[in-house]
Amino acid sequence: MAQVKMKEKAKVAIFKLSSCGGCQLQLVDAGEDFLKLLDHIDIVYFPIAKSENLDGPYDIVLVEGSACSAEEIEHLRKIRASTKYLVALGTCACFGGLQSIRNFEPTAKLVDMVYEKPPKSHPTKSFGIDEYVKVDAYVVGCPVEPSEVVEVIKSLLMGVKPRFPPYSVCVECKLRENECFLLKGIPCMGPITAGGCNALCPSSNRPCEGCRGPTKDPNSKALAKLLFELGATNEDVRRKFRKYAAASMAFAGVGV
Amino acid sequence: MSGGEKVISIEPLTRVEGEGHLRLVMENGKIKEVSLIIDETPRLFEAFLVGRKYDEVHEIASRICGICYVAHQITALRAVEKAIGVSVTEEIKKLRRFLAFAGWIQSHSLHLAFLALPDYFGHESVFSMLKSPEHKDLVTLGIKLRTLGNKLVEQLGGRWAHPVTCVVGGFSKLPDQKWVEKAKEMLKEGKPDAEKLGKVVAKLEVPDFTVDREHVALWDPKEYPINEGRLRSNKGLDISEDEFTKFILESTDPKTNVKRSKVKGRDVLLVGPLARVNLNYDKLSDDAKALADEAGVKFPSQNPFLQNLARAMELVHSFDECLKILDELDITAIKPKVEFEVKPGIGAAVTEAPRGILYHGYRIGRNGLVMSANVVTPTVHNVSSAEADLWSFGPHIANLSVDEATLKCGMLIRAYDFCLSCSVHVLRL
Ligand code: SF4
Repeated sequence: MAQVKMKEKAKVAIFKLSSCGGCQLQLVDAGEDFLKLLDHIDIVYFPIAKSENLDGPYDIVLVEGSACSAEEIEHLRKIRASTKYLVALGTCACFGGLQSIRNFEPTAKLVDMVYEKPPKSHPTKSFGIDEYVKVDAYVVGCPVEPSEVVEVIKSLLMGVKPRFPPYSVCVECKLRENECFLLKGIPCMGPITAGGCNALCPSSNRPCEGCRGPTKDPNSKALAKLLFELGATNEDVRRKFRKYAAASMAFAGVGV
Repeated sequence: MSGGEKVISIEPLTRVEGEGHLRLVMENGKIKEVSLIIDETPRLFEAFLVGRKYDEVHEIASRICGICYVAHQITALRAVEKAIGVSVTEEIKKLRRFLAFAGWIQSHSLHLAFLALPDYFGHESVFSMLKSPEHKDLVTLGIKLRTLGNKLVEQLGGRWAHPVTCVVGGFSKLPDQKWVEKAKEMLKEGKPDAEKLGKVVAKLEVPDFTVDREHVALWDPKEYPINEGRLRSNKGLDISEDEFTKFILESTDPKTNVKRSKVKGRDVLLVGPLARVNLNYDKLSDDAKALADEAGVKFPSQNPFLQNLARAMELVHSFDECLKILDELDITAIKPKVEFEVKPGIGAAVTEAPRGILYHGYRIGRNGLVMSANVVTPTVHNVSSAEADLWSFGPHIANLSVDEATLKCGMLIRAYDFCLSCSVHVLRL
């Protein structure tokens, strides 16, 4: 990975596709770390925060959200062409996000449920943005952790691969010595969900819902089998897997 | 400058949450065209919520908006609880009220310091303000306040964005007495900052621009309303949340073919801080009211630019409310969650999100699954209200250059603090 940092500050742009806007704000909310970062980067495109927004070329682009219409897919391709590095920011951009729940029904039927007349831009299925363009780095989470966004920008500036936990939420949960939900007979997505949140939900007395998407090489089938043994129906299992990362290949074929 | 055609185009709208654009055309000093368009692709929440389980509705609805997630969670929880027949304790209601005001603190300070103020000091963003010795401190002040709001939500909610401890029936986990003491300390320390930012907003020069709009907000006889109340307006509306969809109706504007919400039998409506302050002024804290005196403004007011002042007053008020709640709270005696059985049914709830009234309605079936969902966000009403304002804004911009007029229109739109990601989910009322 080549180093981005040159004599000049690196040009950074933040784009939004179909999303809630929460992940881009996490960057701003990184506080001190974010302000320090501004010594090394110039944020040149960030419409939620700035009125003067420049066209590319950029050094680093963060894309929040999934591309869910013909217009957004085209926009995404243009963004890719204008930048050296492209980062998928958040579970929407990495795996399609919650709106990928709808991928299993005809979109026209769903549009009909919400709108009397079809809206101007017609939504399509929701996938991670790497379905359409090359992605250089992924920051997972719904929302992302502020420290992880700062980390990814720093790594790209230094030309090193950003490092994120290779283990699951389950590992972090054990380290925090929480009582295991699965052992209590309560479905939990911890074993197959990417760690890095420090097992936030299980530590707050709630099972993991999988908001960070699949961990590396998840054993989805084994977890599904365990859920069935705990008495879950096929529909229950499907609902668990088809949530934040319904479009993910790692979850394909579970609970169909 | 008033002759000929003048086109004002802001594309994309900046320092506004979400994607949208404005086009306004003037000819010989008269406004000929106004279109304020939302460019977000619909995410179809109300469609994909169908078939999901009652206990994950608020968690999913939270992701409608990356700023007002607290409001979406609480509204969804209240609507679902009504549908399945759960009533929570007064203590849980108080904690939810605390969380909602903390949500206002983070949202209002983000809007005032980061999105609204740069225009008034000749900056394009907070990044440029940071480089100015004169205005740098205002940004730091904004960051401090937003961080404080975030921290308050995080301590009770587990995480500041899309909190995790709110569940049907109450909370999955509650902090201890130490948290109460710490939160009080933080609030006491932070309040002077809120007042400082408030004073800056109170001194801003705003155009003398008055419209005649129906202002709709929740109303409660005793408290400044946030999570529940009756819906009232300055034009005589007085309904319960269950009657919302009977009185707030959608219609298509024949001129622009854009959908607008209207009050039944009347016109478009304004919601949010100005509507709330106008209808609930007497319940604001003294320090919040002091900002109105500082600004020399008498409420009720019909000047949409004063939404910023109203927001600043609510920011200060939120500190006082949070402190009051903590003073009355015995957290060690609170049971985090009530026990319940799930019954099928329908339920609707209206709360005051930072940007105004937020409606959620659900039908839950026998198996605990969602059969239908309906969400109406504040921006849906306010986009129509802003568009109507712009139609009568002509005299204020007729003699300005295109650049100056663009700035003025931008300032008017920003005073609304739109949340465009939110507003696309909803058009059928
Ligand atoms: S990943 Fe979650 S927090 Fe981030 S933009 Fe998508 S919905 Fe919002």
